[in-house]
Amino acid sequence: MTLMTKFMGAAAAMALSAGAALAEPALIFDLGGKFDKSFNEAAFNGATRWAEETGGTFREIEMQSEAQREQALRRFAETGANPIITMGFGMADPLSAVAPDYPDTKFAVIDVSWLDFPNVRQVAFAEHEGSYLVGMMAAMASKSGTVGFVGGMDVPLIRHFGCGFAQGVKAANPDAKVIANMTGTTPAAWNDPVKGSEITKAQISQGADVVYAAAGGTGVGVLQTAADEGILSIGVDSNQNHLHPGKVLTSMLKRVDVAVYEAMKAGEDLETGLVVTMGLAEEGVGVAMDDNNAALVTDEMETAVNAARDDIIAGKVNVVSYYENDSCPALDF
Amino acid sequence: MDVMPKWAEVVLVPLISLLLAGIISALVVLAIGEDPVAAAKLMVSGALGSTYGWGYTLYYATNFMFTGLAVAIAFHARLFNIGGEGQAMLGGLGVALACLYIPWPHWSLALVGAAVMAGLFGAIWAAIPAWLQAKRGSHIVITTIMFNFIAAALLNYTLVNMLRPKGSMDPATARFSEATNLPTLHDLLSPLGIAFSKAAPANISLLVAIAACFGLWLLIWRTRLGYEIRAYGYSESAAKYAGISPVKITMVAMIISGALAGLMAINNVMGEAERLVLNSTEGAGFIGIAVALMGRSHPLGVFIAAILFGFLYQGGAELALWTSIPRELIVVIQALVILFTGALDNMVRMPLEKLFLARRRARVAKEGAAN
Repeated sequence: MTLMTKFMGAAAAMALSAGAALAEPALIFDLGGKFDKSFNEAAFNGATRWAEETGGTFREIEMQSEAQREQALRRFAETGANPIITMGFGMADPLSAVAPDYPDTKFAVIDVSWLDFPNVRQVAFAEHEGSYLVGMMAAMASKSGTVGFVGGMDVPLIRHFGCGFAQGVKAANPDAKVIANMTGTTPAAWNDPVKGSEITKAQISQGADVVYAAAGGTGVGVLQTAADEGILSIGVDSNQNHLHPGKVLTSMLKRVDVAVYEAMKAGEDLETGLVVTMGLAEEGVGVAMDDNNAALVTDEMETAVNAARDDIIAGKVNVVSYYENDSCPALDF
Repeated sequence: MDVMPKWAEVVLVPLISLLLAGIISALVVLAIGEDPVAAAKLMVSGALGSTYGWGYTLYYATNFMFTGLAVAIAFHARLFNIGGEGQAMLGGLGVALACLYIPWPHWSLALVGAAVMAGLFGAIWAAIPAWLQAKRGSHIVITTIMFNFIAAALLNYTLVNMLRPKGSMDPATARFSEATNLPTLHDLLSPLGIAFSKAAPANISLLVAIAACFGLWLLIWRTRLGYEIRAYGYSESAAKYAGISPVKITMVAMIISGALAGLMAINNVMGEAERLVLNSTEGAGFIGIAVALMGRSHPLGVFIAAILFGFLYQGGAELALWTSIPRELIVVIQALVILFTGALDNMVRMPLEKLFLARRRARVAKEGAAN
């Protein structure tokens, strides 16, 4: 135990000597890494925006292994980082082991909604609602009546995306066909643009003329191939319309950056012990409209999407979440 | 005739290789504008400077011991098992099934039961490529690596569709019951009056891994089966002439190899996570190849190399926590060690052999002159 305290002291001294105030926020990225062009990078952008606006600094670590999750949480908590923001559902389990041990530290976790700790702020995005809207646009833009969905790995989160998308497609065109494929079975599937490109080609040969990629870095290949083959694509997480102007129909925005920015801005006063749902109403999810896709979006589409958004917010339209009963009314996985 | 004395073979060659890897790593760290001395200090103090650091180092080392031994035993039969990753994944599945569906009264019984299941699942996963190699001549390198992907797909399917608790977003099993939780080194050492960090994941599986090292040594050098495996590895035709069945040795060596790789799951699945997650093996099956190469397929060598790699993993994690050295560079440092100790072994060995040969010649000449 003496060794342990000595070590903790040393670690604390190190944090001090780094010239940082003790209550520095910390950001723990998920295994995909900081620059994944999607989920983690959005968090990094949010944190960078906070740092630029306030002149503050933050600690960060990119996970390399599962065992590091708990390790990083504990080490940051011990050195007094506050709040500690963590990314991804993989952090839920380690967080439930660590959070009770550091009642004075505030934690925020993105993509988790089922924990219950007084010092944890959970942020869950209603990806199915945003996907529903892009699904509607896809069905309206499609001439063949067949649209494609390219997921990363076959995990519940991606089924959740695909399920909302398929419901939107069917809402706009009940006869439309949705082809859904997953990229792979290992974490490499999140960053495999070549495979993404192949799947897109396969979907095109089955008649798809709009494809929606929810596959992290793999999506870059999907969007590229769609542009090359002259069909439309839909980006995800951040606004990817600019990657191929005039070829990307829209992007399903998931404002992870806003969630991280707000958590850092609140700092030690971060409100915890609650689940923050970032849906359409909170503008946590949405469709990207800008100059790059203005020519592709018809007035009819815009009206339909706006109406659907209002209906969902008002509760008139219910988009079924895949999590509700682990199945999807519009798509089989 | 051995050119070098044994101590040079076992200690000097790896040590010089490590030194070279260290020097190049230092240059790389210097090139990105960080202080290599501080980085080295941080790695050593973070991995070995506290019981907390040791706890993580030994946790990683336990994984690498199992997978290293798995590769080593296959090497002795001149079989290159690069399917340790998939076999360990299947071992994890076996552990999860044992821990979830059997109400164990005590952790010791659970450990035995889970270890049997882990070994069995790993062995089955290795037995299929082994059979294909022995009977059909399908090359084991190709089949084992393909089986890694099949294992990943199988694990993904079972976790998402069968073992995941209803409504959970995380593709992982439920937590195992308290009764199956293995004692950590903290629990084991505190009755002896030794204070060991509570937070570190190293657990009783370390002792199982050490026992496996010893057991494998007995098997390879003290039993008839071990002799047959080695004989087959040295020369298949000679072994055949001596009445050793190639089919039997291929099967047996690969089954032992798969079982050892599968056993890793009692450490990472049962000991650390206490549930099965999608990404539980995290490349330990591949690190096992480097560990076996560096340890020259000797169980003691594997033990030492596994601790070295455990140190690199934990030290690398500390670097990632406290410096701005990007994680890709930490992988570069780990890769340099693998490169120098595994692949570029002869670069150090050959000049050393020449040196020792020259010294011996000089000595012989001197003795000759004196006579």
